[in-house]
Amino acid sequence: MSNVLEIRWHGRGGQGAKTAALLLADVAFNTGKYVQGFPEYGPERMGAPITAYNRISDTHIRVHSNIYDPQYVVVVDETLLEAVDVTNGLRKDGAIIINSAKSPEELRPLLKGYEGKVYTIDARKISVAALGKYFPNSPMLAAIVKVTGIMDDESFLNEMEGSYKHKFASKPEVIEGNMKALRMSLQEVK
Amino acid sequence: MAIRERLSGNEAVAIAMRQINPDVMAAFPITPSTEIPQYFSTFVANGQVDTEFVPVESEHSAMSACVGSEAAGARTLTATSSCGLALMWEELYIAASCRLPIALACVNRALSGPININCDHSDSMGARDSGWIQIYSENNQEAYDNFVQAFRIAEHKDVRLPIMICQDGFITSHAVENISLLEDDVVKNFVGEYNPEEYLLNQDHSMAVGPYDIPAYYMEHKKQQAVAMENAKQVILDIAAEFEKISGRKYGLFETYKLDDAECALVIINSAAGTAKDAVDKLRAEGKKVGLLKIRVFRPFPAEEIAEALKNVKAIAVMDRCEGFSSQGGPLGAEVKSALYTAGATSKVVDYVYGIGGRDVRVENIEEVYNALFDILETGNVGETYRYLSLRD
Repeated sequence: MSNVLEIRWHGRGGQGAKTAALLLADVAFNTGKYVQGFPEYGPERMGAPITAYNRISDTHIRVHSNIYDPQYVVVVDETLLEAVDVTNGLRKDGAIIINSAKSPEELRPLLKGYEGKVYTIDARKISVAALGKYFPNSPMLAAIVKVTGIMDDESFLNEMEGSYKHKFASKPEVIEGNMKALRMSLQEVK
Repeated sequence: MAIRERLSGNEAVAIAMRQINPDVMAAFPITPSTEIPQYFSTFVANGQVDTEFVPVESEHSAMSACVGSEAAGARTLTATSSCGLALMWEELYIAASCRLPIALACVNRALSGPININCDHSDSMGARDSGWIQIYSENNQEAYDNFVQAFRIAEHKDVRLPIMICQDGFITSHAVENISLLEDDVVKNFVGEYNPEEYLLNQDHSMAVGPYDIPAYYMEHKKQQAVAMENAKQVILDIAAEFEKISGRKYGLFETYKLDDAECALVIINSAAGTAKDAVDKLRAEGKKVGLLKIRVFRPFPAEEIAEALKNVKAIAVMDRCEGFSSQGGPLGAEVKSALYTAGATSKVVDYVYGIGGRDVRVENIEEVYNALFDILETGNVGETYRYLSLRD
Protein backbone atom coordinates (compact mmCIF):
# COMPACT_ATOMS: atom_id res chain seq x y z
CA MET A 1 0.00 0.00 0.00
CA SER A 2 1.60 3.20 -1.19
CA ASN A 3 0.28 5.46 1.57
CA VAL A 4 2.01 3.46 4.29
CA LEU A 5 5.42 4.62 5.51
CA GLU A 6 7.65 1.55 5.80
CA ILE A 7 10.91 1.46 7.76
CA ARG A 8 13.39 -1.37 8.25
CA TRP A 9 15.90 -1.48 11.11
CA HIS A 10 19.17 -3.40 11.05
CA GLY A 11 21.02 -3.93 14.29
CA ARG A 12 22.83 -6.49 16.32
CA GLY A 13 21.19 -8.41 19.15
CA GLY A 14 21.48 -6.44 22.38
CA GLN A 15 21.78 -2.98 20.81
CA GLY A 16 18.12 -2.15 21.14
CA ALA A 17 17.02 -1.99 17.46
CA LYS A 18 13.79 -3.77 18.40
CA THR A 19 13.22 -1.38 21.29
CA ALA A 20 13.89 1.58 19.01
CA ALA A 21 11.35 0.27 16.48
CA LEU A 22 8.77 -0.10 19.26
CA LEU A 23 9.55 3.42 20.53
CA LEU A 24 9.10 4.81 17.03
CA ALA A 25 5.73 3.02 16.86
CA ASP A 26 4.86 4.70 20.18
CA VAL A 27 5.83 8.13 18.92
CA ALA A 28 3.82 7.75 15.72
CA PHE A 29 0.87 6.33 17.66
CA ASN A 30 0.88 9.41 19.84
CA THR A 31 0.53 11.62 16.76
CA GLY A 32 -2.71 9.79 15.94
CA LYS A 33 -1.34 7.33 13.38
CA TYR A 34 -1.96 3.65 12.87
CA VAL A 35 1.27 1.80 13.55
CA GLN A 36 3.03 -1.52 13.47
CA GLY A 37 6.33 -2.24 15.21
CA PHE A 38 7.66 -5.77 15.08
CA PRO A 39 10.92 -7.69 15.15
CA GLU A 40 11.92 -10.58 12.92
CA TYR A 41 12.97 -13.40 15.19
CA GLY A 42 15.82 -15.69 14.31
CA PRO A 43 18.22 -17.71 16.43
CA GLU A 44 18.84 -14.62 18.55
CA ARG A 45 21.93 -14.06 20.53
CA MET A 46 23.96 -11.06 21.57
CA GLY A 47 25.73 -9.60 18.55
CA ALA A 48 23.87 -11.50 15.82
CA PRO A 49 22.30 -9.39 13.03
CA ILE A 50 18.62 -8.68 13.72
CA THR A 51 15.90 -6.91 11.78
CA ALA A 52 12.92 -4.94 13.02
CA TYR A 53 10.17 -3.12 11.13
CA ASN A 54 7.75 -0.22 11.32
CA ARG A 55 4.66 0.61 9.31
CA ILE A 56 3.04 4.00 9.90
CA SER A 57 -0.23 4.95 8.23
CA ASP A 58 -3.27 7.22 8.41
CA THR A 59 -5.53 4.20 7.98
CA HIS A 60 -5.85 0.74 9.57
CA ILE A 61 -2.96 -1.56 8.56
CA ARG A 62 -3.99 -5.10 7.62
CA VAL A 63 -0.87 -6.51 6.01
CA HIS A 64 1.19 -8.79 8.26
CA SER A 65 4.31 -9.52 6.24
CA ASN A 66 7.85 -8.33 6.66
CA ILE A 67 8.92 -5.23 4.71
CA TYR A 68 10.83 -5.69 1.46
CA ASP A 69 10.70 -2.26 -0.21
CA PRO A 70 11.10 0.21 2.66
CA GLN A 71 11.24 3.99 2.24
CA TYR A 72 13.77 4.18 5.04
CA VAL A 73 16.45 1.92 6.43
CA VAL A 74 18.14 2.52 9.78
CA VAL A 75 21.47 0.82 10.41
CA VAL A 76 22.26 0.76 14.12
CA ASP A 77 25.63 -0.96 13.69
CA GLU A 78 28.03 0.19 10.98
CA THR A 79 29.74 -3.22 10.75
CA LEU A 80 26.51 -4.62 9.29
CA LEU A 81 27.19 -2.72 6.06
CA GLU A 82 29.56 -5.52 5.07
CA ALA A 83 27.59 -8.42 6.60
CA VAL A 84 24.03 -7.64 5.48
CA ASP A 85 22.58 -6.27 2.23
CA VAL A 86 21.05 -3.31 4.07
CA THR A 87 19.92 -1.40 0.96
CA ASN A 88 18.09 -4.42 -0.50
CA GLY A 89 14.76 -3.14 -1.83
CA LEU A 90 15.29 0.34 -0.37
CA ARG A 91 13.44 2.86 -2.52
CA LYS A 92 15.51 5.38 -4.43
CA ASP A 93 13.28 8.22 -3.24
CA GLY A 94 13.87 7.12 0.35
CA ALA A 95 16.95 7.27 2.55
CA ILE A 96 19.31 5.25 4.70
CA ILE A 97 20.49 6.44 8.11
CA ILE A 98 23.68 4.90 9.44
CA ASN A 99 25.20 5.03 12.89
CA SER A 100 28.77 6.05 12.08
CA ALA A 101 31.42 8.64 12.82
CA LYS A 102 32.06 8.80 9.07
CA SER A 103 30.39 11.15 6.60
CA PRO A 104 27.70 10.00 4.15
CA GLU A 105 30.24 10.46 1.29
CA GLU A 106 32.68 8.09 2.95
CA LEU A 107 30.02 5.38 3.41
CA ARG A 108 28.27 5.58 0.06
CA PRO A 109 30.81 3.29 -1.67
CA LEU A 110 29.77 0.50 0.74
CA LEU A 111 26.09 0.78 -0.26
CA LYS A 112 26.14 -1.29 -3.46
CA GLY A 113 25.27 1.59 -5.76
CA TYR A 114 22.34 2.91 -3.71
CA GLU A 115 21.29 6.19 -5.34
CA GLY A 116 19.04 7.66 -2.65
CA LYS A 117 19.91 9.90 0.27
CA VAL A 118 22.45 8.79 2.85
CA TYR A 119 22.50 10.22 6.38
CA THR A 120 24.92 9.50 9.19
CA ILE A 121 24.74 10.07 12.91
CA ASP A 122 27.49 9.35 15.41
CA ALA A 123 25.31 7.63 17.99
CA ARG A 124 28.31 6.35 19.92
CA LYS A 125 29.73 9.84 20.47
CA ILE A 126 26.31 11.23 21.41
CA SER A 127 25.43 8.36 23.70
CA VAL A 128 28.74 8.43 25.53
CA ALA A 129 28.54 12.23 25.89
CA ALA A 130 24.93 12.21 27.10
CA LEU A 131 24.69 8.95 29.03
CA GLY A 132 28.28 7.96 29.70
CA LYS A 133 27.53 4.58 28.09
CA TYR A 134 26.90 3.24 24.61
CA PHE A 135 23.16 2.81 24.02
CA PRO A 136 22.61 3.75 20.38
CA ASN A 137 18.84 3.46 20.19
CA SER A 138 17.84 6.89 21.54
CA PRO A 139 20.08 8.79 19.09
CA MET A 140 18.98 6.54 16.20
CA LEU A 141 15.32 7.10 17.08
CA ALA A 142 15.79 10.88 17.03
CA ALA A 143 17.63 10.62 13.70
CA ILE A 144 14.84 8.68 11.98
CA VAL A 145 12.21 11.08 13.34
CA LYS A 146 14.22 14.03 12.03
CA VAL A 147 14.83 12.51 8.59
CA THR A 148 11.26 11.26 8.05
CA GLY A 149 9.71 14.39 9.54
CA ILE A 150 6.89 12.36 11.08
CA MET A 151 6.72 14.96 13.83
CA ASP A 152 8.40 18.26 14.71
CA ASP A 153 11.29 18.33 17.16
CA GLU A 154 9.40 19.88 20.03
CA SER A 155 6.41 17.50 19.97
CA PHE A 156 8.80 14.58 19.64
CA LEU A 157 10.84 15.65 22.67
CA ASN A 158 7.66 16.16 24.72
CA GLU A 159 6.38 12.74 23.74
CA MET A 160 9.66 11.06 24.56
CA GLU A 161 9.95 12.73 27.93
CA GLY A 162 6.56 11.24 28.85
CA SER A 163 7.55 7.88 27.42
CA TYR A 164 10.88 7.76 29.29
CA LYS A 165 9.22 8.77 32.56
CA HIS A 166 7.02 5.71 32.15
CA LYS A 167 9.73 3.37 30.85
CA PHE A 168 12.36 4.41 33.38
CA ALA A 169 10.04 4.91 36.36
CA SER A 170 12.38 2.80 38.51
CA LYS A 171 15.58 4.57 37.37
CA PRO A 172 14.72 8.25 36.76
CA GLU A 173 18.41 9.21 36.73
CA VAL A 174 18.74 8.03 33.11
CA ILE A 175 15.87 10.15 31.78
CA GLU A 176 17.84 13.39 31.48
CA GLY A 177 20.72 11.63 29.71
CA ASN A 178 18.39 10.05 27.18
CA MET A 179 16.65 13.38 26.57
CA LYS A 180 20.05 14.99 26.02
CA ALA A 181 20.93 12.23 23.55
CA LEU A 182 17.73 12.90 21.60
CA ARG A 183 18.37 16.66 21.48
CA MET A 184 21.97 16.21 20.33
CA SER A 185 20.93 13.72 17.69
CA LEU A 186 18.23 16.00 16.26
CA GLN A 187 20.97 18.61 15.74
CA GLU A 188 23.73 16.39 14.49
CA VAL A 189 22.15 14.03 11.93
CA LYS A 190 23.62 14.88 8.55
CA MET B 1 -15.61 5.08 26.08
CA ALA B 2 -13.24 2.91 24.11
CA ILE B 3 -9.59 3.27 25.03
CA ARG B 4 -7.20 3.92 22.13
CA GLU B 5 -3.99 1.97 22.75
CA ARG B 6 -1.10 0.30 21.01
CA LEU B 7 -0.21 -3.15 22.27
CA SER B 8 1.31 -6.42 21.20
CA GLY B 9 -1.05 -9.37 20.89
CA ASN B 10 0.43 -10.84 24.07
CA GLU B 11 -0.15 -7.62 26.02
CA ALA B 12 -3.69 -7.35 24.66
CA VAL B 13 -4.63 -10.84 25.86
CA ALA B 14 -2.98 -10.26 29.25
CA ILE B 15 -5.08 -7.09 29.66
CA ALA B 16 -8.26 -9.02 28.78
CA MET B 17 -7.27 -11.50 31.50
CA ARG B 18 -6.73 -8.67 34.00
CA GLN B 19 -10.14 -7.26 33.20
CA ILE B 20 -11.72 -10.71 33.60
CA ASN B 21 -9.92 -11.12 36.95
CA PRO B 22 -10.13 -14.93 37.05
CA ASP B 23 -9.89 -16.98 40.24
CA VAL B 24 -6.86 -18.99 39.13
CA MET B 25 -4.15 -18.87 36.48
CA ALA B 26 -1.92 -21.92 36.33
CA ALA B 27 0.88 -21.56 33.82
CA PHE B 28 4.42 -22.57 33.02
CA PRO B 29 6.28 -19.27 33.32
CA ILE B 30 9.03 -19.65 30.71
CA THR B 31 9.59 -20.80 27.10
CA PRO B 32 7.76 -22.43 25.34
CA SER B 33 5.00 -20.46 27.04
CA THR B 34 4.43 -16.87 26.04
CA GLU B 35 4.85 -13.41 27.55
CA ILE B 36 1.18 -13.61 28.58
CA PRO B 37 1.74 -15.29 32.00
CA GLN B 38 4.67 -12.90 32.55
CA TYR B 39 2.49 -9.81 31.99
CA PHE B 40 -0.32 -11.36 34.01
CA SER B 41 1.96 -12.22 36.94
CA THR B 42 2.86 -8.51 37.08
CA PHE B 43 -0.83 -7.69 37.53
CA VAL B 44 -0.97 -10.28 40.32
CA ALA B 45 2.15 -8.86 42.00
CA ASN B 46 0.76 -5.31 41.75
CA GLY B 47 -2.51 -6.34 43.33
CA GLN B 48 -4.52 -5.41 40.21
CA VAL B 49 -6.26 -8.81 40.27
CA ASP B 50 -7.21 -11.24 43.06
CA THR B 51 -6.10 -14.24 41.02
CA GLU B 52 -4.20 -17.13 42.54
CA PHE B 53 -1.24 -17.48 40.18
CA VAL B 54 0.16 -21.02 40.16
CA PRO B 55 3.57 -21.20 38.51
CA VAL B 56 4.07 -24.86 37.68
CA GLU B 57 7.09 -26.88 36.55
CA SER B 58 5.66 -28.01 33.20
CA GLU B 59 2.74 -27.50 30.85
CA HIS B 60 1.53 -31.00 31.76
CA SER B 61 1.19 -29.72 35.32
CA ALA B 62 -0.25 -26.40 34.15
CA MET B 63 -3.25 -28.08 32.57
CA SER B 64 -3.52 -30.56 35.45
CA ALA B 65 -3.71 -27.65 37.88
CA CYS B 66 -6.30 -25.96 35.65
CA VAL B 67 -8.41 -29.14 35.65
CA GLY B 68 -8.28 -29.39 39.45
CA SER B 69 -9.01 -25.73 40.00
CA GLU B 70 -11.86 -25.50 37.50
CA ALA B 71 -13.40 -28.72 38.89
CA ALA B 72 -13.25 -27.15 42.36
CA GLY B 73 -15.40 -24.33 41.02
CA ALA B 74 -12.82 -21.62 40.27
CA ARG B 75 -12.81 -19.66 37.00
CA THR B 76 -9.47 -20.73 35.56
CA LEU B 77 -7.29 -19.81 32.63
CA THR B 78 -3.85 -20.45 31.19
CA ALA B 79 -1.68 -19.54 28.23
CA THR B 80 0.77 -21.52 26.15
CA SER B 81 2.26 -22.10 22.75
CA SER B 82 3.87 -24.70 20.52
CA CYS B 83 5.46 -27.63 22.38
CA GLY B 84 3.88 -26.33 25.58
CA LEU B 85 0.45 -27.11 24.17
CA ALA B 86 1.76 -30.49 23.01
CA LEU B 87 2.81 -31.30 26.56
CA MET B 88 -0.74 -30.52 27.75
CA TRP B 89 -2.25 -33.06 25.35
CA GLU B 90 -3.40 -35.67 27.83
CA GLU B 91 -5.09 -33.11 30.08
CA LEU B 92 -6.74 -31.24 27.18
CA TYR B 93 -8.94 -34.29 26.64
CA ILE B 94 -9.59 -34.60 30.38
CA ALA B 95 -10.63 -30.95 30.66
CA ALA B 96 -13.03 -31.34 27.75
CA SER B 97 -14.55 -34.66 28.82
CA CYS B 98 -14.99 -33.41 32.40
CA ARG B 99 -16.82 -30.43 30.85
CA LEU B 100 -14.57 -27.86 32.51
CA PRO B 101 -14.86 -24.39 30.94
CA ILE B 102 -11.17 -23.45 31.16
CA ALA B 103 -9.92 -20.67 28.84
CA LEU B 104 -6.53 -21.02 27.17
CA ALA B 105 -4.67 -18.34 25.22
CA CYS B 106 -2.77 -20.15 22.48
CA VAL B 107 -0.04 -18.35 20.57
CA ASN B 108 0.31 -20.41 17.40
CA ARG B 109 3.84 -21.59 16.76
CA ALA B 110 5.51 -24.53 15.03
CA LEU B 111 6.11 -27.82 16.80
CA SER B 112 9.58 -29.34 16.87
CA GLY B 113 11.27 -30.55 14.80
CA PRO B 114 13.30 -29.30 13.16
CA ILE B 115 13.47 -26.87 16.08
CA ASN B 116 11.68 -23.68 15.11
CA ILE B 117 10.10 -20.99 17.26
CA ASN B 118 8.07 -19.22 14.59
CA CYS B 119 4.45 -19.05 13.55
CA ASP B 120 2.36 -21.84 12.17
CA HIS B 121 -0.78 -23.62 13.30
CA SER B 122 0.61 -27.10 13.99
CA ASP B 123 0.08 -26.75 17.75
CA SER B 124 -3.63 -25.93 17.92
CA MET B 125 -4.48 -27.90 14.77
CA GLY B 126 -2.97 -30.93 16.46
CA ALA B 127 -5.36 -30.32 19.38
CA ARG B 128 -8.39 -29.91 17.13
CA ASP B 129 -9.95 -33.24 18.12
CA SER B 130 -9.42 -32.81 21.87
CA GLY B 131 -12.92 -31.43 22.47
CA TRP B 132 -11.93 -27.79 22.99
CA ILE B 133 -13.74 -24.93 21.31
CA GLN B 134 -11.23 -23.16 19.05
CA ILE B 135 -11.51 -19.52 18.03
CA TYR B 136 -8.88 -17.80 15.86
CA SER B 137 -7.82 -14.15 15.65
CA GLU B 138 -6.43 -12.11 12.76
CA ASN B 139 -4.79 -9.44 14.91
CA ASN B 140 -4.34 -8.13 18.46
CA GLN B 141 -7.85 -6.60 18.43
CA GLU B 142 -9.50 -9.90 17.61
CA ALA B 143 -7.34 -11.81 20.11
CA TYR B 144 -8.49 -9.36 22.81
CA ASP B 145 -12.14 -9.36 21.75
CA ASN B 146 -12.26 -13.16 21.47
CA PHE B 147 -10.72 -13.59 24.90
CA VAL B 148 -13.25 -11.22 26.46
CA GLN B 149 -16.01 -13.43 25.00
CA ALA B 150 -14.32 -16.74 25.92
CA PHE B 151 -15.77 -17.48 29.36
CA ARG B 152 -19.29 -16.45 28.36
CA ILE B 153 -19.19 -19.14 25.67
CA ALA B 154 -17.34 -21.82 27.63
CA GLU B 155 -19.39 -21.49 30.85
CA HIS B 156 -22.78 -21.34 29.10
CA LYS B 157 -25.02 -24.10 30.49
CA ASP B 158 -25.65 -25.52 27.00
CA VAL B 159 -21.92 -25.75 26.36
CA ARG B 160 -19.63 -26.21 29.41
CA LEU B 161 -16.53 -26.91 27.38
CA PRO B 162 -13.00 -25.53 27.51
CA ILE B 163 -12.08 -22.87 24.97
CA MET B 164 -8.87 -21.99 23.19
CA ILE B 165 -8.35 -18.48 21.76
CA CYS B 166 -5.59 -18.58 19.15
CA GLN B 167 -3.46 -15.92 17.48
CA ASP B 168 -0.33 -16.03 15.33
CA GLY B 169 3.00 -16.35 17.12
CA PHE B 170 5.30 -13.34 16.70
CA ILE B 171 3.33 -11.98 13.72
CA THR B 172 0.61 -10.68 16.04
CA SER B 173 1.76 -11.84 19.49
CA HIS B 174 4.92 -9.71 19.37
CA ALA B 175 3.85 -6.95 16.96
CA VAL B 176 2.74 -3.67 18.50
CA GLU B 177 -0.33 -2.36 16.72
CA ASN B 178 -3.26 -0.06 17.40
CA ILE B 179 -6.09 -1.52 19.42
CA SER B 180 -9.33 -0.33 20.96
CA LEU B 181 -9.80 -1.58 24.53
CA LEU B 182 -12.99 -1.71 26.53
CA GLU B 183 -13.10 -0.12 29.97
CA ASP B 184 -12.49 -2.44 32.93
CA ASP B 185 -16.03 -2.25 34.33
CA VAL B 186 -17.56 -2.86 30.89
CA VAL B 187 -15.61 -6.12 30.56
CA LYS B 188 -16.35 -7.05 34.18
CA ASN B 189 -20.09 -6.59 33.65
CA PHE B 190 -20.01 -8.41 30.33
CA VAL B 191 -18.17 -11.44 31.68
CA GLY B 192 -20.10 -11.54 34.97
CA GLU B 193 -19.65 -13.75 38.01
CA TYR B 194 -18.97 -17.47 37.70
CA ASN B 195 -21.53 -19.58 39.53
CA PRO B 196 -21.13 -23.21 38.47
CA GLU B 197 -24.05 -25.48 39.26
CA GLU B 198 -21.81 -28.43 40.13
CA TYR B 199 -18.36 -28.17 41.64
CA LEU B 200 -16.12 -30.19 43.93
CA LEU B 201 -16.06 -27.71 46.81
CA ASN B 202 -19.83 -27.72 47.08
CA GLN B 203 -20.27 -29.52 50.42
CA ASP B 204 -24.03 -29.80 49.95
CA HIS B 205 -23.69 -31.85 46.82
CA SER B 206 -20.71 -34.16 46.70
CA MET B 207 -19.63 -35.45 43.31
CA ALA B 208 -16.82 -37.28 41.52
CA VAL B 209 -14.90 -35.74 38.64
CA GLY B 210 -13.12 -37.85 36.06
CA PRO B 211 -13.86 -41.39 37.31
CA TYR B 212 -13.55 -44.53 35.18
CA ASP B 213 -16.32 -44.76 32.60
CA ILE B 214 -17.46 -48.22 31.62
CA PRO B 215 -18.32 -49.24 28.03
CA ALA B 216 -22.01 -49.23 28.95
CA TYR B 217 -21.97 -45.42 29.35
CA TYR B 218 -18.78 -44.10 27.72
CA MET B 219 -20.39 -43.56 24.32
CA GLU B 220 -23.35 -41.71 25.80
CA HIS B 221 -20.99 -39.37 27.63
CA LYS B 222 -19.02 -38.75 24.45
CA LYS B 223 -22.28 -38.05 22.61
CA GLN B 224 -23.21 -35.49 25.27
CA GLN B 225 -19.85 -33.85 24.73
CA ALA B 226 -20.48 -33.77 20.96
CA VAL B 227 -23.92 -32.23 21.50
CA ALA B 228 -22.37 -29.56 23.74
CA MET B 229 -19.94 -28.74 20.94
CA GLU B 230 -22.83 -28.46 18.46
CA ASN B 231 -24.65 -26.19 20.91
CA ALA B 232 -21.59 -23.95 21.10
CA LYS B 233 -22.24 -22.67 17.58
CA GLN B 234 -25.42 -20.82 18.51
CA VAL B 235 -23.98 -19.68 21.84
CA ILE B 236 -20.93 -18.21 20.07
CA LEU B 237 -23.26 -16.22 17.80
CA ASP B 238 -25.42 -15.04 20.72
CA ILE B 239 -22.40 -13.91 22.74
CA ALA B 240 -20.98 -12.16 19.66
CA ALA B 241 -24.24 -10.24 19.29
CA GLU B 242 -24.03 -9.13 22.92
CA PHE B 243 -20.38 -8.23 22.47
CA GLU B 244 -21.26 -6.04 19.50
CA LYS B 245 -23.50 -3.98 21.77
CA ILE B 246 -20.61 -3.10 24.09
CA SER B 247 -17.87 -2.80 21.47
CA GLY B 248 -19.45 -1.95 18.13
CA ARG B 249 -17.40 -4.79 16.63
CA LYS B 250 -19.24 -7.56 14.82
CA TYR B 251 -18.19 -11.22 14.95
CA GLY B 252 -19.64 -14.37 13.45
CA LEU B 253 -18.51 -17.94 12.88
CA PHE B 254 -16.32 -16.64 10.09
CA GLU B 255 -15.76 -13.38 8.23
CA THR B 256 -16.33 -12.97 4.51
CA TYR B 257 -14.49 -10.32 2.54
CA LYS B 258 -15.78 -9.35 -0.92
CA LEU B 259 -17.09 -12.89 -1.31
CA ASP B 260 -20.61 -12.18 -2.62
CA ASP B 261 -19.78 -12.08 -6.33
CA ALA B 262 -16.33 -13.72 -6.13
CA GLU B 263 -15.34 -16.29 -8.74
CA CYS B 264 -12.17 -17.26 -6.86
CA ALA B 265 -11.78 -17.32 -3.11
CA LEU B 266 -9.41 -18.25 -0.32
CA VAL B 267 -10.29 -19.89 2.97
CA ILE B 268 -7.72 -18.77 5.49
CA ILE B 269 -7.04 -18.44 9.24
CA ASN B 270 -5.39 -15.75 11.42
CA SER B 271 -2.93 -13.01 10.45
CA ALA B 272 -2.42 -13.93 6.79
CA ALA B 273 -6.10 -13.07 6.26
CA GLY B 274 -5.19 -9.39 6.68
CA THR B 275 -2.43 -9.68 4.11
CA ALA B 276 -4.86 -11.52 1.82
CA LYS B 277 -7.41 -8.68 2.12
CA ASP B 278 -4.80 -6.30 0.69
CA ALA B 279 -4.27 -8.78 -2.16
CA VAL B 280 -8.05 -8.95 -2.75
CA ASP B 281 -8.25 -5.15 -3.00
CA LYS B 282 -5.33 -5.06 -5.42
CA LEU B 283 -6.86 -7.71 -7.68
CA ARG B 284 -10.34 -6.16 -7.42
CA ALA B 285 -8.79 -2.90 -8.68
CA GLU B 286 -7.70 -4.89 -11.74
CA GLY B 287 -11.28 -6.06 -12.22
CA LYS B 288 -10.78 -9.59 -10.90
CA LYS B 289 -13.65 -11.02 -8.87
CA VAL B 290 -11.88 -12.39 -5.82
CA GLY B 291 -12.79 -12.69 -2.16
CA LEU B 292 -11.98 -14.60 0.97
CA LEU B 293 -13.49 -16.42 3.89
CA LYS B 294 -11.61 -16.11 7.18
CA ILE B 295 -12.31 -18.83 9.73
CA ARG B 296 -13.02 -17.52 13.22
CA VAL B 297 -14.55 -20.62 14.78
CA PHE B 298 -12.77 -23.85 13.85
CA ARG B 299 -14.30 -25.98 16.64
CA PRO B 300 -17.21 -26.44 16.30
CA PHE B 301 -16.63 -26.38 12.53
CA PRO B 302 -19.39 -24.36 10.82
CA ALA B 303 -19.55 -26.71 7.84
CA GLU B 304 -23.03 -25.89 6.50
CA GLU B 305 -22.55 -22.15 6.85
CA ILE B 306 -19.20 -22.27 5.08
CA ALA B 307 -20.57 -24.38 2.23
CA GLU B 308 -23.44 -21.90 1.87
CA ALA B 309 -21.08 -18.91 1.84
CA LEU B 310 -18.89 -20.54 -0.82
CA LYS B 311 -21.67 -21.96 -2.99
CA ASN B 312 -21.23 -19.53 -5.90
CA VAL B 313 -17.44 -19.54 -5.88
CA LYS B 314 -16.00 -21.44 -8.84
CA ALA B 315 -12.46 -22.06 -7.59
CA ILE B 316 -11.34 -22.19 -3.97
CA ALA B 317 -7.89 -22.36 -2.37
CA VAL B 318 -7.89 -23.59 1.20
CA MET B 319 -4.84 -22.25 3.02
CA ASP B 320 -3.31 -24.54 5.64
CA ARG B 321 -0.59 -23.11 7.89
CA CYS B 322 0.06 -26.66 9.02
CA GLU B 323 1.13 -29.88 7.33
CA GLY B 324 -1.17 -32.80 8.05
CA PHE B 325 0.89 -35.53 6.35
CA SER B 326 -2.27 -37.01 4.89
CA SER B 327 -0.64 -36.59 1.46
CA GLN B 328 -3.72 -34.59 0.48
CA GLY B 329 -3.21 -31.30 2.30
CA GLY B 330 -3.74 -29.92 5.78
CA PRO B 331 -6.58 -30.16 8.30
CA LEU B 332 -8.47 -27.06 7.14
CA GLY B 333 -8.47 -28.40 3.59
CA ALA B 334 -9.97 -31.69 4.73
CA GLU B 335 -12.69 -29.93 6.73
CA VAL B 336 -13.64 -27.49 3.98
CA LYS B 337 -13.68 -30.17 1.27
CA SER B 338 -15.81 -32.38 3.49
CA ALA B 339 -18.23 -29.50 4.07
CA LEU B 340 -18.46 -28.75 0.34
CA TYR B 341 -18.91 -32.40 -0.63
CA THR B 342 -21.68 -32.89 1.92
CA ALA B 343 -23.43 -29.81 0.55
CA GLY B 344 -23.12 -31.18 -3.00
CA ALA B 345 -20.88 -28.35 -4.19
CA THR B 346 -19.08 -28.61 -7.52
CA SER B 347 -16.41 -25.93 -6.95
CA LYS B 348 -12.82 -26.70 -7.85
CA VAL B 349 -10.77 -26.90 -4.64
CA VAL B 350 -7.03 -26.91 -4.06
CA ASP B 351 -5.20 -27.00 -0.75
CA TYR B 352 -2.09 -24.93 -0.10
CA VAL B 353 0.33 -25.56 2.74
CA TYR B 354 1.86 -22.12 3.40
CA GLY B 355 3.77 -20.07 5.96
CA ILE B 356 4.87 -23.00 8.11
CA GLY B 357 7.77 -22.48 10.50
CA GLY B 358 7.39 -18.73 10.07
CA ARG B 359 7.83 -18.55 6.27
CA ASP B 360 6.77 -14.99 5.50
CA VAL B 361 3.51 -14.48 3.61
CA ARG B 362 3.48 -11.46 1.31
CA VAL B 363 0.66 -9.82 -0.63
CA GLU B 364 2.42 -11.04 -3.80
CA ASN B 365 2.33 -14.66 -2.59
CA ILE B 366 -1.43 -14.45 -2.08
CA GLU B 367 -1.87 -12.87 -5.54
CA GLU B 368 -0.03 -15.87 -6.92
CA VAL B 369 -2.64 -18.17 -5.33
CA TYR B 370 -5.54 -16.22 -6.85
CA ASN B 371 -3.83 -16.26 -10.24
CA ALA B 372 -3.44 -20.04 -9.97
CA LEU B 373 -7.19 -20.27 -9.30
CA PHE B 374 -7.94 -18.23 -12.43
CA ASP B 375 -5.69 -20.62 -14.37
CA ILE B 376 -7.88 -23.48 -13.15
CA LEU B 377 -11.00 -21.64 -14.34
CA GLU B 378 -9.48 -20.89 -17.74
CA THR B 379 -8.14 -24.36 -18.44
CA GLY B 380 -10.79 -26.33 -16.58
CA ASN B 381 -7.93 -28.41 -15.25
CA VAL B 382 -7.43 -28.44 -11.48
CA GLY B 383 -3.99 -30.05 -11.66
CA GLU B 384 -2.24 -30.80 -8.39
CA THR B 385 -4.73 -30.30 -5.54
CA TYR B 386 -2.10 -30.45 -2.78
CA ARG B 387 0.36 -27.60 -3.19
CA TYR B 388 3.05 -25.72 -1.28
CA LEU B 389 3.20 -21.91 -1.49
CA SER B 390 6.56 -20.10 -1.74
CA LEU B 391 8.58 -23.28 -1.63
CA ARG B 392 12.25 -22.93 -2.59
CA ASP B 393 13.33 -24.95 -5.62
